[in-house]
Amino acid sequence: MIPVCATTALPPGEAIRVEADEPIAVFNVDGEFLAIDDTCTHQDASLADGWLDGCAVECPLHASCFDLRTGKVSGPPAKTPVRTHRVVVQDGTVFVQPGIAAEGAA
Amino acid sequence: MSPTVAVVGASLAGLSAARALRERSYDGRVVVVGDEVHAPYDRPPLSKDFLAGRASLDDIALGAPDDEDLALEWRLGTTAVGLDPAGRAVLLADGSEVRADGVVLATGARARRLPGSEGLAGVHVLRTLDDAVALQADLAGAGSLVVIGGGFIGAEVASTARGLGLDVTVVEALPVPLSGPLGEEMGAVVAGLHAAHGTRLLVGTGVAGLVGTGRVEAVELTDGTRLPADVVVVGIGAVPNTEWLAGSGLALGNGVLTDARGATGNPAVVAVGDCAATWSGAAERHVRTEHWTHALEQPATAVATLLGSTEPAPAPVPYFWSDQYGARIQFAGSRRTADVPRVVEGSTAEGSFLAVYERDGQPVAVLGVDQPRLFTRWRRQLRSAVPSPS
Repeated sequence: MIPVCATTALPPGEAIRVEADEPIAVFNVDGEFLAIDDTCTHQDASLADGWLDGCAVECPLHASCFDLRTGKVSGPPAKTPVRTHRVVVQDGTVFVQPGIAAEGAA
Repeated sequence: MSPTVAVVGASLAGLSAARALRERSYDGRVVVVGDEVHAPYDRPPLSKDFLAGRASLDDIALGAPDDEDLALEWRLGTTAVGLDPAGRAVLLADGSEVRADGVVLATGARARRLPGSEGLAGVHVLRTLDDAVALQADLAGAGSLVVIGGGFIGAEVASTARGLGLDVTVVEALPVPLSGPLGEEMGAVVAGLHAAHGTRLLVGTGVAGLVGTGRVEAVELTDGTRLPADVVVVGIGAVPNTEWLAGSGLALGNGVLTDARGATGNPAVVAVGDCAATWSGAAERHVRTEHWTHALEQPATAVATLLGSTEPAPAPVPYFWSDQYGARIQFAGSRRTADVPRVVEGSTAEGSFLAVYERDGQPVAVLGVDQPRLFTRWRRQLRSAVPSPS
């Protein structure tokens, strides 16, 4: 597990990029923490810099949208999903487990 | 005949319209007519990664695996030549027709050509995949490129060609390139990327003509200068593909005229994307928007209109981007000539900055260069600042 930050450091609507073998973006969606691959599958861009809209993030460059729960593409031009990663909140700290898909994700 | 919607145009706007029909649970036939033989592909990479050889046709295909479920009927490689005034049949160049209860016009725009350049080898426009393949082949053996037009397409081609090692000159008729979309101050800043990367930029210069027989040899400027050129790219804007609609009874201006919701004067016909001039309440005129994001999003509204919805049109914040010389340029909002840009982050000298355009002290548009995160925040703020349509 990789420690990300204190829960208070990532308010709703915000995202943070976590350096891992493949960088991960962790989002706070109305108090729920969700993590996906940080790099857009369309072109090199950080999804943590993207536009959070409900439970989807729009890539900051070319507007590809990804569902944060499933990693699936919800808007082109991306065609390949991103991976989801399990997030654990413990004692006020957000942790991410790289490579372990979030529950409920495809 | 089972209920049918014909989507005329198979690029981003047409594909988005077809997807929107199914999202709205339309379960009739959806026939998509496209004049290119290719399945829908993404045009922005044509001047960038695709032209540079870094992206393949597979990479730029727009179709997604889920699109199989849309059960679309494709008529690719087929040009529409007429629309029956009752709006119930699309006539095709091969003499056949598609009978339909509803029609989505998504025929896009084509690159404007330089008069007198017909039949001269080495002279290119860049709009389609075939254009890009031909240009790529020509650039591979060339030493020098002259780009006529310093707009986004011209600048991106210049950037890509510099990356391929060509000697590149951009000729722009205006005193400042990109002053239309960005204003003079920021247009000059962004155009400064050319010089910084070894591209020659000539401004305020008209083109008198092309020199060469059979194949282009040079571009002659109005001041008499001759610029030798192995290859010439003409990037002087686009013309909406609406001529085929003469006789359809639809109102045509700079595009198919529609209301804010994509409706034409014929309730069975809507128009989307680059071929449509959509009424803008904010601008108080019809506006033809050539932005990628517009072609992606606006068809949902027009399709809802076609299917009988009267819900008000959303008022999106216009957005476009350009990638040049490794710099990521992003713009959102509606800028008018008098709006003053103010740099709020970074500096134009450093090359990474964010400028906010203000009108009466209020932000109305934002330009970011290599500032994706901050740009996104501003873009969101602009969206929330747009009043809901009444």
